[in-house]
Amino acid sequence: MPLTQEDIKRLQEKAKEIRKTIVDITFTAGGGHIGGSLSQTDILVTLYYKYLNIDPKKPQWEDRDRVILSKGHGGLGWAAILGEKGYFDRALLKNFNKTGSPFGMHLDMLKVPGCDASTGSLGHGLGIAVGLALGAKMSGKKYRTYCVMGDGELCEGSVWEAAIIGAFHKLDNLTAFVDRNKLMIDGPTEEITQLENLNDKFASFGWEVLRIDGHDFNAIGGAVEKAQTIKAKPTIIICDTVKGKCVDYMENDYKWHYGGLDSDMRDRALACIDKYYAQA
Amino acid sequence: MAEGMTWSIEEADKLTQAEVYGQVLTQLGEKDPKIIAMTADLAKSTKIGTFGQKFPDRFINMGIAENSLFGVAAGLALAGYKPVVSTFAVFAALRSAEFVRTDICYQNLNVKIIATHAGISFGQAGSTHHCTEDIAVMRSFANMTVIVPADGIETGNAVTAAMDLPGPVYIRIGRGFEPPVNTTADYGFQIGKAVTMREGKDITLICCGVTVLQAVRAAKILETQGLSVRILNMHTVKPIDREAILKAVMETRRIVTIEEHNVLCGLGSAVAEVIVESGKACAFTKLGIPDQYVIVGYPEDLYNHYKIDADGIVEAVSALMGREIEADENWDDET
Repeated sequence: MPLTQEDIKRLQEKAKEIRKTIVDITFTAGGGHIGGSLSQTDILVTLYYKYLNIDPKKPQWEDRDRVILSKGHGGLGWAAILGEKGYFDRALLKNFNKTGSPFGMHLDMLKVPGCDASTGSLGHGLGIAVGLALGAKMSGKKYRTYCVMGDGELCEGSVWEAAIIGAFHKLDNLTAFVDRNKLMIDGPTEEITQLENLNDKFASFGWEVLRIDGHDFNAIGGAVEKAQTIKAKPTIIICDTVKGKCVDYMENDYKWHYGGLDSDMRDRALACIDKYYAQA
Repeated sequence: MAEGMTWSIEEADKLTQAEVYGQVLTQLGEKDPKIIAMTADLAKSTKIGTFGQKFPDRFINMGIAENSLFGVAAGLALAGYKPVVSTFAVFAALRSAEFVRTDICYQNLNVKIIATHAGISFGQAGSTHHCTEDIAVMRSFANMTVIVPADGIETGNAVTAAMDLPGPVYIRIGRGFEPPVNTTADYGFQIGKAVTMREGKDITLICCGVTVLQAVRAAKILETQGLSVRILNMHTVKPIDREAILKAVMETRRIVTIEEHNVLCGLGSAVAEVIVESGKACAFTKLGIPDQYVIVGYPEDLYNHYKIDADGIVEAVSALMGREIEADENWDDET
């Protein structure tokens, strides 16, 4: 097992806190991309609280590991983590989505410390990540680049352009994730346009493919560590996840791609999260 | 010339715009190890391959994948490099517009785009390869500087100056067979400052790119007709030189803009915005490609067909000289 019991306990505590922050921000912001923020949480928590070589006091440190949230609509969940890590005063998140706030739904790297690229337009993140990883190779830098994609954005042709060039340049310093929650705005991915077999698709593009349960910290940690040992090709970790994870009335419902919460719904959501971690 | 970088090529006026560009970029690459050249299967056509032959480790050919060309360039800029990207203008400005806008301009990254085959310079190729919309698109992107050099020498100056200017820059050049207008590089090129190609007091021709040469030819003809013609080479369309435009309004009271671009939203529109906002009246005509897809043909024939060559300019100037600046209260003929 790559993670110790203490690691897992700590990651669970952080994930619980982040999920509650996501619910709180969704409530105060008047709405948010809550479903996908909850599905990506365990991937980002594992990276930020176990693996990333970063210093929140030096967000522009040039040797830091890079994180590109290609599914930029997960900005709400990402901001919750960056705030907890101390990149900025967490109290600022009360202004999420508000006029003049540094925090819009999709984070702006010129306004949000810790945000390594401004994303939100789907199909852009992997190309930027390939550029960052290629830059590290060319300059002899040791940092790793992590890119988290949504599954719906795999419909974008630019993802596959970047996949070709990433494999061609043997970017073994690049690890990408797919938050495979199987839902996009209009419904299930496999009903709108078939994405599977994703393993075969990425493998045929020359990537190392790992497929895991995206809510199992040991599986995520094991895949991240495995990717660090793969030579001469980039790795994609396809994480099977649940959109709206931990909130019973949101789980696996595409209507919760974006939504608002009244105080009753917020309280129910927070209670669901408490219950989930009490059983974990 | 901007401070810092310099370039020097013997007989640059004998080379095409793209040839000068390729050689100048290679010279700049020797001085600045952070420069990376990138293209999408157009290394030879755009001449960026000249850099690649000299610095293969700093040359990235993406294959035919323009969207990722600009996305990966953004990533390399984030990694501290200075990517110079070349493809045809139609792909940079239209196919990949959102990648240029969101990945490069929105993040205000240090990426220089040198787009070739712009306008109707690839006239025989048809509208899939023409680009009469790029000035309009690029000047609407915040943070973007837009430069349209008149010839090879000015391309060398523009590429060099762009390296010293932080942030995104779009430089638009032709296919490469356009004749030169400058004979020396030492004429004080500065981004954002129009070059006065000749002084005049009766009318001002404001032009950029290949139309600068056409304006110079037209001015010689008009001179024989007794007209004193000022020519402003407005190589930087954004940020535009307001001072030079308003000086021309005040001193010549007649302005013709000429561009190898849709007559909507390009140089002429940028000049018109300055004039209208100033509240000062002058007689004004925009010459450019009409709002339609261009016929197939050799560029020189097309310049004539669309009346953006010397003959077309002379015709437009003659018409404008006869037009009075109206001060009447009658709006029937305007509406």
